[in-house]
Parts: sequence; structure tokens; C-alpha cells
Amino acid sequence: MAGPILRVENIHKAYGKTEVLRGVSFEVAPGEVVVIIGPSGTGKSTLLRCINQLTPPDQGRVWLEDVEITDKRTDINKAREHIGMVFQDFNLFTHLTAIQNVMLALTKVKRMSPAEARAKAMLEMEKVGLVDKAGLYPAELSGGQKQRAAIARSLAMDPKVMLFDEPTSALDPELIGEVLEVMKTLAGEGMTMLVVSHEMGFAREVSDRIIFLENGAISEDGPPERFFTNPKNARTREFLGKLTELYGNHGGPRGGRRKT
Amino acid sequence: MNLSEAGTLEFMWGILPELLKGLEVTLQLTVTSLIAGLVLAVPVSMVRTYTKGPLNWLATAYVELFRGTPLLLQLFIVYYGLTETGIVLDRFFSAWLALTLNSAAYQSEYIRGAILAVSEGQLTAARAVGMRTIQAFRWVVFPQALRLALPAWSNEVAYMVKYVSVVFMIAVQELFSRGQGIISKYFRLWPTIIEVALIYIVVVYVITRGMDYVEHRFRIPGLETRTARREA
Repeated sequence: MAGPILRVENIHKAYGKTEVLRGVSFEVAPGEVVVIIGPSGTGKSTLLRCINQLTPPDQGRVWLEDVEITDKRTDINKAREHIGMVFQDFNLFTHLTAIQNVMLALTKVKRMSPAEARAKAMLEMEKVGLVDKAGLYPAELSGGQKQRAAIARSLAMDPKVMLFDEPTSALDPELIGEVLEVMKTLAGEGMTMLVVSHEMGFAREVSDRIIFLENGAISEDGPPERFFTNPKNARTREFLGKLTELYGNHGGPRGGRRKT
Repeated sequence: MNLSEAGTLEFMWGILPELLKGLEVTLQLTVTSLIAGLVLAVPVSMVRTYTKGPLNWLATAYVELFRGTPLLLQLFIVYYGLTETGIVLDRFFSAWLALTLNSAAYQSEYIRGAILAVSEGQLTAARAVGMRTIQAFRWVVFPQALRLALPAWSNEVAYMVKYVSVVFMIAVQELFSRGQGIISKYFRLWPTIIEVALIYIVVVYVITRGMDYVEHRFRIPGLETRTARREA
């Protein structure tokens, strides 16, 4: 088996005196889908941002394949091209249409010609089902469409791994499904994905592994079956219990409804 | 034609060519100092937004100095003050320099406000796809800031046409100076003042409509500013 595509080793991050991450380590194999869950404020988003150095960690190292991203000599911009990132609030470029959002980094970072970039961008728009919305500005798109455009923008760079930071948390319930569908398809195509999410249905159905992050450290890391049926850890049980309270069962109506 | 003796309308018609020559100078000063001001305002606003330390202090001092003193005083410093130190500048050039420095200070504040209004997530997203900070600024933050600054900038254009009249103090022959000259030559105050005022009104009206068109032309859904246009 090939080595891990992403390796995170002993990440520490503090904001002032508040320690957000205290020694997080894990590996992600090629094609693996890993979902990170945990109570809010446990550093899930910070962990993702430490991986692509949008928030440089205080301590610890990150490798993408055999390149150490945290090495000062590594060109971080080059590394970020290979790490797609999808944000909770989309962060589409407001002044550009959906397709221009996808094209921008292709022309400016990958130095493609506009025609090449347009063709490539159109391909990605097709993948996320937005061909007919390509010419619209973000303000003219629904939340689900915005997030799908944002996914297309990341995919266009042909990343080796995709980071999703609560991609459905800012969406109205009826728009969550279309985004999760796109993510499912991606997972099915073998994209390596690291997803911070509260979507238990997605976690159970699509993920290969679930990491439970608690107080800045990993307290559980294993396949979803074990996680849902037999959590090792009391805090995990409690957290799942809360979700059950909210949604009725482990998948919940939100997760369950989307099973197709 | 003896303009001192002519009927009012005839007089107003007779002095029009001279006033229009003045208008030409007014517009030259307006356009050139606005453009030069913008060129200077962009780096000043960037320094003020993104740097700390001496360079930032310098830019801040410049902006505060030019916003905190009357344009008239700035004009006197450039034209008379510099002469005293041995730097002799042409009248027109002095006028242009003072207006440019003054306008750049204001324009840099419009742009700085607009840069700050662009949400942090825009820069983050641009960095996440591998753009260098300078690229992210050039292709993502700056274009949005320009759109956001447009309404304030439109006002600046209209203000500028009128502010230029201050340079009559150093005898640059712009619209107001020409009017002044005509009054002292023919002693016909009211027709001259009214005609000068009408010319200003027409020009400012045309500019305001023109800027409305530009704002409409570059309108982007989601990037509208709620700032109502102040009366120019």
C-alpha cells in the first residue's frame, strides 16, 4: 500500500492562553474520507487551517505526500494549490461570476490561457451541476449553489486532498442535500477528503473513518461502525446522545432523509 | 461690441467665450489632479491598511495633515512657501500639485475604508487556492474595494470641480478667476456671477449623471453600497 497522502504530527495551537489544539496527530491514506466531529470550540476548524497553514501551528509538522508543508523552505502557495478548501460561508469572490470564480486561480496561479481556463472551469461546473448558473454572480445564487460553485473552484486546481470546513452549516436544511450529494460523488470518485461536519448521516454513510476531537485532542479514531455502535469513550457517547436527542436517532431525520 | 453698455443677455453672451476658456482650465486641473491623486492614493491606502511602523506613521501624518488644514493654506505653502525656500514653481503646476496632494489624502481614505469593508474571507479564499498575498489583493480585494469606493469617489469628482476655484488666489485663470476678471473690468456683478454659477451647475450636473451611469455600468449584485449620494 502507498504511504499516507496527508500526515499530521503533534499539532499545537494556542490563541493567547487558550490552547485550542494540544498535540493532534493522524494520517490520511489516498482516497480515504475522514470526518472530524466534536463539540463546538474543540479546534476542528483550526485544525484544518493548520493543515494548509492559513493558521500556522505553534508546533508540529504537516506532510503532503513527501513534502513537509510546515518546512520554512517549502513554497506554501505551491502546496496550497494541491490542498482544496471549502468554507462554511462559501467565500466566493463577490465581484466575479460563478465561472469566473473557478477560472481566477487557473489563470493567475496555474497560468492557463483564458480559453483553457474556461474549458476546465466549465468541466468542473458540470461536475457540480451548475452549468446553467455559470454566468451568475454569487449574490444571485442560493446557498447550496454557492457552496457547489466553491467546491468547483477548489476542484479546478486538481487538488490531492480536499478540506471541508463545515460545508453545510450555513445552509438552509432543504439545501444541504445537494451539497452532500456532490461530496458523495467526489468520495465515490476516490477524492481524498477531510471533512469537519455535524452531518452524522454523511459520516456514517460515506466516511471511512471518523475522528472525534475533544478539547483539542483526538479522543477517538476509527471506522464509523465502531464509532456509532460501540464508542470507546464516555464523552463520545454523550455527544452522540445529544445528537440523538436533537435528531431522533444516530442518522437523524437530516441524515436519514438523504439516503438514496 | 462694447460690453459695458450692452444689454444683459447680450453681455452674458459676449463674455461666454472667455468663461469657457476658464472652464477649460478648471476641467484640466480637475481631471489631472483627480487621476494623479488616485495614483498616489492607492499606495497610501495600502500602506495605511497593511503596514505598521514608520511607513504607516508617515502615510498617516500625510493624510491627517492634508485633511486637517484648508486647501487654501496648502496652496499658499506650495506656491509662496516653496518660493521662499528657493523652489520656484509655475502657477499652474503649483495649483495642480496642491490639488493633487489634497485630493489624494481624501481619496486614500475612501479606498482604505473600502478595503476594510471587503470581508476577511475573500482574502482567505484567495490564499487557499494558492494565490500570493499580492495576487489576492490585486485580483480579489482591490477590484471589490474600487466598486465599493465608487460612490464616495463620484462625490470627490463633483467637489473637485468646485474646489479648483480656490486657485484664483494665485491667479491661475480658471473659471472663477475669469469671472472675477470680467467683473472688475466691466463692473457688472450680477450677470457675471449668475453666468459663472450656471456653468458650474451644468458641469456638476453632467458629471453627476455621468458618474451615476458609471456606477450603474459597473454594478455587481451583492456589491452595492447603501451609502446614499451626498449632495455634491
